[in-house]
Amino acid sequence: MTDASAIETIADVRAALAGVGSAVDVCTIFLERIQERDAALGAFTHVASDTALEEAATVDARGADDPSQPLAGVPIAIKDNICTRGLPTTAASRILTDYRPPYDATVVERLRAAGAVILGKTNCDEFAMGSTTEHSCYGITRNPWDHDRVPGGSSGGSAAAVAARLAPVALGSDTGGSIRQPAAFCGLVGLKPTYGRVSRYGLLAFASSLDQIGPLGLTVADVAAVFRVIAGHDPADATSAAEAVPEWPSGTANETPAIGVPWTLLNDGIDDDVLASFRTALDTLRSSGATLVDIELPHATYAVPTYYVVAPAEASSNLARYDGVRYGVRAPLAETADLTAMYDRTRESGFSDEVKRRIMLGTYALSAGYYDAYYLRAQQIRTLIRRDYDTVFSTVDAVALPTTPTTAFPLGQHADDPLQLYVGDIFTASANLTGLPALSVPSGNDSSGLPIGLQLVGRAFDEVTILDLAARFERERSEPIGRPPGLDPSA
Amino acid sequence: MTERLTRTEVERIARLAHLELDDAEADRLTRQLGDILTYFERLREVDTSGVEATTHPVSAGPRMRDDQSRESLPRDEAVAGAPDAADGLFRVPKVIG
Repeated sequence: MTDASAIETIADVRAALAGVGSAVDVCTIFLERIQERDAALGAFTHVASDTALEEAATVDARGADDPSQPLAGVPIAIKDNICTRGLPTTAASRILTDYRPPYDATVVERLRAAGAVILGKTNCDEFAMGSTTEHSCYGITRNPWDHDRVPGGSSGGSAAAVAARLAPVALGSDTGGSIRQPAAFCGLVGLKPTYGRVSRYGLLAFASSLDQIGPLGLTVADVAAVFRVIAGHDPADATSAAEAVPEWPSGTANETPAIGVPWTLLNDGIDDDVLASFRTALDTLRSSGATLVDIELPHATYAVPTYYVVAPAEASSNLARYDGVRYGVRAPLAETADLTAMYDRTRESGFSDEVKRRIMLGTYALSAGYYDAYYLRAQQIRTLIRRDYDTVFSTVDAVALPTTPTTAFPLGQHADDPLQLYVGDIFTASANLTGLPALSVPSGNDSSGLPIGLQLVGRAFDEVTILDLAARFERERSEPIGRPPGLDPSA
Repeated sequence: MTERLTRTEVERIARLAHLELDDAEADRLTRQLGDILTYFERLREVDTSGVEATTHPVSAGPRMRDDQSRESLPRDEAVAGAPDAADGLFRVPKVIG
């Protein structure tokens, strides 16, 4: 590998390291790309040039062929709501301006142990609340496919970074679709693992019963490689699961899987191009051996209102910790100000509109007199959605859906209508409410050339089946996904 | 549940949430939260009688571990990110008069 511009995936990095290249060379290539391209995108909130080069030098000193380091020399970008020791971690919120945690999240610790090189932190919607990456104290991130459009969110910085080849892979977090939707909008593979599969220790909590950390990458193999490193039980997270981390590729992929398609969910509100791409994707899966089965998920139509009760309720509790005492900033106060004034002013000036909206919504849903009508009812409907999936998974191996009803939309489109934005989570929120694993894999492009995502949902702890299916689809899909304009390697 | 959210109610919730909203914000939130709550009305269509609430997705619940003492963060590091700290302690405005 002599052509620096050709290093894009983990496989490319490994090929470079197996040849004459060093981890420092590879790291330098990505840092230079960030330097050249990121001013126009705003994907990174912090570039850790010095520590990244030091980490790469450590890999070179040790040798990149140590089997205990499956990601030796692989640069990775980390969403800014995941703790990185000594590096800024703010969840894109003013209230955590310049905060540097004294510890690494478990996922970061595992990445470092596997030899990965932390390139920096990526932009997101504040506290991961949003689907556009417009709600960030650092400003917006642009979609590399069209700079006037959103990259999706909340992991929009991670998605833009990988799509623009500023990092081979990145970590995001997914509470209602925040990995899968930006992956779809930016032409990437993005995996939300089963709830409990990946430790949440060191993830700035948004909605604790929904949050999962997961990878975004250019290929299924890259996403699987990062997934296997970050997955597995962690005593520091009481909700992390004990299930063994599976091998991938499994080598035992089901050649004739049954895939359920909930057509009644797809009745309206979907772009024609998205639906056409979905149908083409189903044809590809069928011709590669899969059987398609019509299924019903009657309660999944309630996923969005259910999600927007549960997630803000949990957020209102989780974000109570940002009070100007233990971390971040405190609003300037008069000598005579009391503790309550300190809390109220710090939170008023530290949170932006979307976060306040959700804290208010969640506080309302949990307040006396409303708990049964909103929160309890939503948690019951959650059970019903899960039962729908349990029923379906007795006859199918995976469920296929579009990832999003539309492709990436123009910046600023939903500025004053949060509800219109929320309903865009219609196909992604169910996997969080049920805890099931789900991924998005590129299925084609719309008439403007913007990427479209195919979503596959699997049984609990069966990421392998959806990764196998996605890998098969990736090999056999009829439409080339293409590259963001200006990123033609031959140019 | 069917009555439209009022501005007074928004102010009450803001106090519970420790947010000091200005007038324009309180007005905007009254409108926006009202719209969202109206949208939530559709949850009433679902028959939830006798349905158990989900408290833990996937797993049976939190896993217990032995209560063992171990190294923790040094005190100075633990308070290093605080806006106001002294002698390894967080400083806050006077609480008791």
